Amino acid sequence: MWPGLLKNKVMKKLQPISRWIIILSALLMLSAYFVPLWQILMWAPQYPEGLEMKIWINTITGDVKIISALNHYIGMRHIEVTMFPEFQYMIYIVAFVLTFGLLTAIINKRAALWAYAIVIFSAGIAALVDFYLWGYDYGHNLDPTAPIVVPGMSYQPPLIGTKQLLNFTAFSGPDIGGWIFLASGLLAIGTLAYELYNSRKSKT
Amino acid sequence: MNKISRWTLALTIGVMSVALYNCKPKGPAEISMGDAASKVYVAPGKYDEFYNIVSGGFNGQIGVYGIPSGRLFRIVPVFSLSPENGYGFSEETKPMLNTSNGFVPWDDLHHIALSTTKGEHDGRWMFANGNNTPRVARVSFKSFRTEEILEIPNSGGNHSSPFITENTEYLVAGTRFSVPMGNKDVPISSYKENFKGSISFIKVDPQTGRMNIAFQLRTPGFNYDLSRAGKGPSHGWFFFSCYNTEQAYTLLEVNASQKDKDFIMAVNWKKAEEYLAQGKAKVEKVKYAHNVYDEKTHTATSTLEDQVLVLDVQELKDLVYFIPCPKSPHGCDVDPSGEYIVGSGKLAAMMPVFSFSKIQTAIANKDYEGDFNGIPVIKYEAALHGEVKKPGLGPLHTEFDANGNAYTSFFVSSEIVKWNVKTLQVLDRVPTYYSIGHLSVPGGPTAKPHGKYVIAYNKITKDRYLPTGPELTQSAQLYDISGDKMQLLLDFPTTGEPHYAEAIPASLITPTSTKIYKIEENENPYVAKGEAQARVERKGNEVHVYMTAIRSHLTPDNIEGVNVGDEVYFHVTNLEQDWDVPHGFAIKGALNAEILIMPGETQTLKWKPIAAGVVPFYCTDFCSALHQEMSGYVRVSPAGSKTPLKFSTGATEEPAPGAGQ
Repeated sequence: MWPGLLKNKVMKKLQPISRWIIILSALLMLSAYFVPLWQILMWAPQYPEGLEMKIWINTITGDVKIISALNHYIGMRHIEVTMFPEFQYMIYIVAFVLTFGLLTAIINKRAALWAYAIVIFSAGIAALVDFYLWGYDYGHNLDPTAPIVVPGMSYQPPLIGTKQLLNFTAFSGPDIGGWIFLASGLLAIGTLAYELYNSRKSKT
Repeated sequence: MNKISRWTLALTIGVMSVALYNCKPKGPAEISMGDAASKVYVAPGKYDEFYNIVSGGFNGQIGVYGIPSGRLFRIVPVFSLSPENGYGFSEETKPMLNTSNGFVPWDDLHHIALSTTKGEHDGRWMFANGNNTPRVARVSFKSFRTEEILEIPNSGGNHSSPFITENTEYLVAGTRFSVPMGNKDVPISSYKENFKGSISFIKVDPQTGRMNIAFQLRTPGFNYDLSRAGKGPSHGWFFFSCYNTEQAYTLLEVNASQKDKDFIMAVNWKKAEEYLAQGKAKVEKVKYAHNVYDEKTHTATSTLEDQVLVLDVQELKDLVYFIPCPKSPHGCDVDPSGEYIVGSGKLAAMMPVFSFSKIQTAIANKDYEGDFNGIPVIKYEAALHGEVKKPGLGPLHTEFDANGNAYTSFFVSSEIVKWNVKTLQVLDRVPTYYSIGHLSVPGGPTAKPHGKYVIAYNKITKDRYLPTGPELTQSAQLYDISGDKMQLLLDFPTTGEPHYAEAIPASLITPTSTKIYKIEENENPYVAKGEAQARVERKGNEVHVYMTAIRSHLTPDNIEGVNVGDEVYFHVTNLEQDWDVPHGFAIKGALNAEILIMPGETQTLKWKPIAAGVVPFYCTDFCSALHQEMSGYVRVSPAGSKTPLKFSTGATEEPAPGAGQ
């Protein structure tokens, strides 16, 4: 009986409003191609105006050269776009998630919405894990002949939030694109919650 | 005398002494300063409201100060060498100081003119004159660097310069000393016959700022002192004060002070343009240097020009008129409306204010009192708006605020006097410490003064500061003019001897200030755009080191194969692209100076080793935590040695067998 129920539940069609919100959620992700997704900001006594690094879907911009020049003292590698294989395939991942969202609206089945919500949620988590791993490697894998070696010190940038690294205060957090991506995810998951809540209410 | 009267006498003497003591004039220290401190206090990290661009006089440089704080920010080398940053020492900047006489490493910088559009400050360029070896310079407001120096031929000393027209169409250069044209060898006593005045009109390209002498006016042999362009209704005219119309050539202090009135010379430069277009100018063969600094190549070039176009004001009618002005006029200042021209006779007991519209009427009616060598002399009364009666002693210069008031400096009575331009009433006077020369109201010479302050540039400081031997600091004083009464706010020391200065709102300058030079745009032929391009090349006995500097190493930092007798050129490129990270370069025993290289820039220092050995070089600008490590060595071998040319950074090798034994 419950396979039938399951089938019944997941094959259930979506509310028209839900389909529109899913389309909105998917289309919002288009912005990822036009605005930066993540930002790292740094301040030091000598840099009261701050230094910034913007991570886009396929590149890094901002004061990258200056940050690299400063980082060489403590043996961190020069930041180059080629360091990040992610920039080669991120455009496709976002395109995939975006298309998945649009298809969900077309398929008009709750199962598709489940899948979309899971995909978008995992994509976000994967991005954060990937960023953490890069940060760990960049902050720990130091040149042993660097001019300044502070025993026991590593320079992993914060994943999200603020951290003091020698004379620098570093902040890491979403940029416009990141916030929009978060909104996309929340819309997808919120729609799913709305659908589930609605079906429970209609049953009782 | 009885006892009582003796006591009375003693008491009277006592009372009188106290009274006398109290009658003694109060010194400056006792003048109440009120809330002056808070008016000039610019909190740490905050900015001043105005830039004050101050001539350095005999230091040949321009001082940049903040107003109201009076803090000195920078000294911009213009006509003088600057060992501090290598200006005039580096191979790139040496041509800036070239003249028809050769390399002249100093001048006497008197006046500043800031570029204007429609008579208002536009924040593009500052211009300055070289008084001694006649020159004018243009300094960029973006980089605060001297970009161009133009020598003035046929001039005996460039004093009435570099005053500008309202859209910076022209700046002028009038000769202080009349001289025989064409370097003629004549007796000095033939002054009247052979000596001539010369006024150059220098065209300024509105896009690039490039200057060139459009034409020269050949004028009678006087001393041309100061000048101002007309504006608004008087745009198209220029006014010059002239002294020594006696045409004396010796003991001028007596012989040039004989006449009751000298002249203000009114020049119709639009008419001059017409004559020029009609081909009325004569071509004269001359020799003068034109030096231009290119911001892309970071290199100056000097070109020797060989001719000027000359308009003779005695032959060409309606071009020049004389207006009698009492007793050796110095300042000749035009008010913001362009209608009034203030003549300041240094030795006169009053100040005449002339009216431009009256001058025009007088010319139309031929209301002349005669002529000087064929040039009409307008009747004094016909040109006069009125006289400021008993303003003070020794008037020199006048600046204006936006409310119709004028501020005149008085050298002899050591004061600034505020008066109303229309009514000619004296409104207020304040002492200066001591003997003010020029003065400056922000925007004072423009059509739209910014007002707020008047700054006095004094000739004597005496007891105002801690003494430093016989040679004392120079000084300026800041007064608040926002109220009815002027209030002294601040004394601040200046470098050189300050003559004229202008103040301009910081908001016109800061947004476009250069922070770095882009390394991709560096077109210096000796640039090394990255350490991979760093190298050493030998061309005969010239050794060219293409060196890079980045925190905190120079590449190459080990150089071998240089011989005694070689000429070594260190072309140092600063690879930094970050604000305020200059690097410096100096090498032991160099006979010139250091060079400072801004981010993205290339500069060259020449060095001739005179003895074998190993010679260190290093970065002179404390650039980073490892600045002390930023150094290197050149190995110098005896002349004719065959030591192989080698260069590296970061490469170490085992000592050669036998080395060091």
